Amino acid sequence: MDTQGSLWEVFVQKKTGQPFVHCGSLHAFDKEMALQNARDLYARRGEGNALWVVLASEIVASTPEDIGAFFDPSNDKVYRHPTFYEVPDGIKHI
Amino acid sequence: MEKDAKELESGFESKLSKNEYIEPKDWMPDNYRKHLIRQISQHAHSEIVGMLPEGNWITRAPSLRAKMVLMAKVQDEGGHGLYLYTAAETMGISRDELLDQLHTGKAKYSSIFNYPTLTWADIGAIGWLVDGAAIMNQVMLQRTSYGPYARAMVRICKEESFHQRQGYEIMCKMAAGTKEQKEMAQDALNRWWWPSLMMFGPPDDKSPNSANAIKWKIKRESNDQLRQRFVNQTVPQAEYLNLTVPDPKLKWDEKKESYDFGTPDWNEFNNVIHGNGPCNKERLAARLNAHLKGAWVREAAMAAALKNKSKAA
Repeated sequence: MDTQGSLWEVFVQKKTGQPFVHCGSLHAFDKEMALQNARDLYARRGEGNALWVVLASEIVASTPEDIGAFFDPSNDKVYRHPTFYEVPDGIKHI
Repeated sequence: MEKDAKELESGFESKLSKNEYIEPKDWMPDNYRKHLIRQISQHAHSEIVGMLPEGNWITRAPSLRAKMVLMAKVQDEGGHGLYLYTAAETMGISRDELLDQLHTGKAKYSSIFNYPTLTWADIGAIGWLVDGAAIMNQVMLQRTSYGPYARAMVRICKEESFHQRQGYEIMCKMAAGTKEQKEMAQDALNRWWWPSLMMFGPPDDKSPNSANAIKWKIKRESNDQLRQRFVNQTVPQAEYLNLTVPDPKLKWDEKKESYDFGTPDWNEFNNVIHGNGPCNKERLAARLNAHLKGAWVREAAMAAALKNKSKAA
């Protein structure tokens, strides 16, 4: 077993109202240490005011092979996009 | 359905040709992976070992301000090492393995850190020249083809500019100070100039890993190109300080709009890389000592985590 603790992924929110964005990874032995390490490692210069730390092993991720089939439906369903619909001339605010 | 090797390889190459990034789960050639594990871990080790020559001066910094700045800088270097270790780990090597390679001497770190820091001016010269050379390399690596490495570089470059400026500020003060201070500044420049030029690696025609690094877009510029740019940018900074760059062949070439400069002593470079620099043994011993002395902390943290886990269950 690795003697360096588990791998955690770190997400930072720059300002309230903004999304949490992945900023890197770190090693820690438990939740508290992960959060403290994230503060020390990824928020030394006002990079954010809120952090999430998540055990890397708990993240479910798509695989590169998915690029084709898994995401395909979004490409051939153009009616999901607003530009698909015709709006008569002169109509505003829509 | 399993894709065959050829199809995977052409997919990889097509991504590179479109300047797309390679991500950890993407297929990649074994040699690309090996090359990057070597390069990223070497880079990480350099950050960590690089804390030692500067740490040497924390207790002797000439003012409280200087001490706070130096501590913040050394902490940054530790952080850079950690970003890079996790980037290397995305390629399927563990932190324990990486550290083991450093401690057994199997992995290298930048040979510049095997030189001693004799006076306070050395701290200035390191920030100005060593971090300056590192930035030149790292700015290029922000566009390296491996996503996690490129992202770590973006963070590191943001932080490095503070390092270079604080170093130059020390040089400005020393160079404009008493006669003794000015002599220290010149002496530091004399000792750090050539090792800084060596940081870019061997000349292009003698660099064993360069061809692949360029082909795979790990590096976008060659060792010699980066070295030339460093000289062009740094010489005017030395002139401002009224210090003399220790190279009798240094000469501005009007036509090329670039400096001609002498050849670093590559025998010295190879000698230091192979373990015979002034501080190789000391650096590795200090690193290993810190690792071993920290073992009880890791063991206690692990025991506490397991205990809390069983309590929660």
